[in-house]
Amino acid sequence: MLINLTLHVWRQKGPKDNGRFVTYPALQINTHMSFLEMLDVVNEQLMEKGEEPIAFEHDCREGICGSCGVMINGLPHGPNPMTATCQLHMRYFKDGDEIWIEPWRAKAFPVLRDLVVDRSAFDRIIQSGGFISANTGNAPEANAMPIPKQIADRSMDAAVCIGCGACVAACPNASAMLFTSAKVTHLGLLPQGQPERYERVQRMIARMDQEGFGNCSNHGSCEAACPVGIKVDFIARLNRDLLKAKLCGAGTPSAV
Amino acid sequence: MRKILDLYQTTIGKKLVMASTGVVLLLFVLGHMFGNLKIFYGEEKFNHYAEWLRVMGAPLLGPTQGLWLARLVLLGCVLLHMFTALQLTILSYQAREVGYQKQHRITFSYASTTMRWGGVVILAFVIFHLLHLTFGSVHPKFVAGSVYANVINGFKVWPVAVGYLVAQAALGFHLYHGVWSGLQTFGIAGDRRQGDWRRPLSVVTALIVVVGYSALPISVMAGWLK
Repeated sequence: MLINLTLHVWRQKGPKDNGRFVTYPALQINTHMSFLEMLDVVNEQLMEKGEEPIAFEHDCREGICGSCGVMINGLPHGPNPMTATCQLHMRYFKDGDEIWIEPWRAKAFPVLRDLVVDRSAFDRIIQSGGFISANTGNAPEANAMPIPKQIADRSMDAAVCIGCGACVAACPNASAMLFTSAKVTHLGLLPQGQPERYERVQRMIARMDQEGFGNCSNHGSCEAACPVGIKVDFIARLNRDLLKAKLCGAGTPSAV
Repeated sequence: MRKILDLYQTTIGKKLVMASTGVVLLLFVLGHMFGNLKIFYGEEKFNHYAEWLRVMGAPLLGPTQGLWLARLVLLGCVLLHMFTALQLTILSYQAREVGYQKQHRITFSYASTTMRWGGVVILAFVIFHLLHLTFGSVHPKFVAGSVYANVINGFKVWPVAVGYLVAQAALGFHLYHGVWSGLQTFGIAGDRRQGDWRRPLSVVTALIVVVGYSALPISVMAGWLK
């Protein structure tokens, strides 16, 4: 089936440009296309006319890399839950629909061009504490360290975070708490992550605040927007670990 | 103290101040409500209860010392709750300088989006309430010490009674989101795959407070309390 759409796309030449919405017709769009393929078609038409194509981020196009991600009609990654923009198919839209496409909006995610934002703030949060101490040399025997199945599963639930930034985009306070809580939790639940557990949470929170992300007011929009289903329960766990570290001195010699 | 200040530097620390002062204020709200409901035991017992508030803590504390202690603690909590809320609100606005053209309110509940304005409504109500039934300056027939009569006469003015009901609704919404949100901030998580007990708890808390407080103005307007 083919549908015709009207796109209102945020166009911005560079970080210093003010930016504006530009309306484009998207005609004869196959409903089996993904949202990114639809943008590819529109870009081809723009290039044929000698216009600058719409810049958007993408890489794997199978919901793993976390590169893609735009606000589609006010929803991060569009109207279909638990999918990234690349996994959103045009069959979720009707013929004649108007679609507003905007970049993530947060002070910590400055717009570089059109729909592309600089998400290196996330990298810096990970750099501040997203590591473990491990001996170099041969990899240890995989079953040498027993980990209860439930704990391993829970840790994986957090580790599926692809760092796309939809949580920040959806949050009314542009808070990165869901992202940070996922990063803190997936290491903090496992025995390998214990040595730095309390140091990690303090450093990551300090970095998160320093980057200019907002605070968490527990609306839960992040959880609804997350393409991989990270739960706000991890935020409670993050708060608990920070509280233990800051007030009870967890992770310091005096607490032993 | 240094630890607390260190924690306060973080946004989570500020949220903890919101949650901790919220707990104190909620305990007051519940205590005040149970005290109010004594009005249904009749004038004598209610006035006796009101008199007890002045000698609370005797003989350890002198007359009105316990009362002033409670007032100071509450005032401190209200100021901290407000000041921190203001700081967090400013931080939130700073975190998103350019807004969206379209924003779908995915999971925003009425309660969660009205926390800030609801708080302002509650503050305005508390100020009116103090002028009305504590100082009596906006009360038409205020008689110091005649607590029962002051309540009855106060609620016979129907706009006042309706105003009280509206304020209770605002408080109910504030608690519906606040209780859940506070537990989350303290890191007390229910495992939601087994059913999250925090949501029912916040519904029950909000309902108890709204019903408990609304009973007074409604009973006076309906003529059940004379």
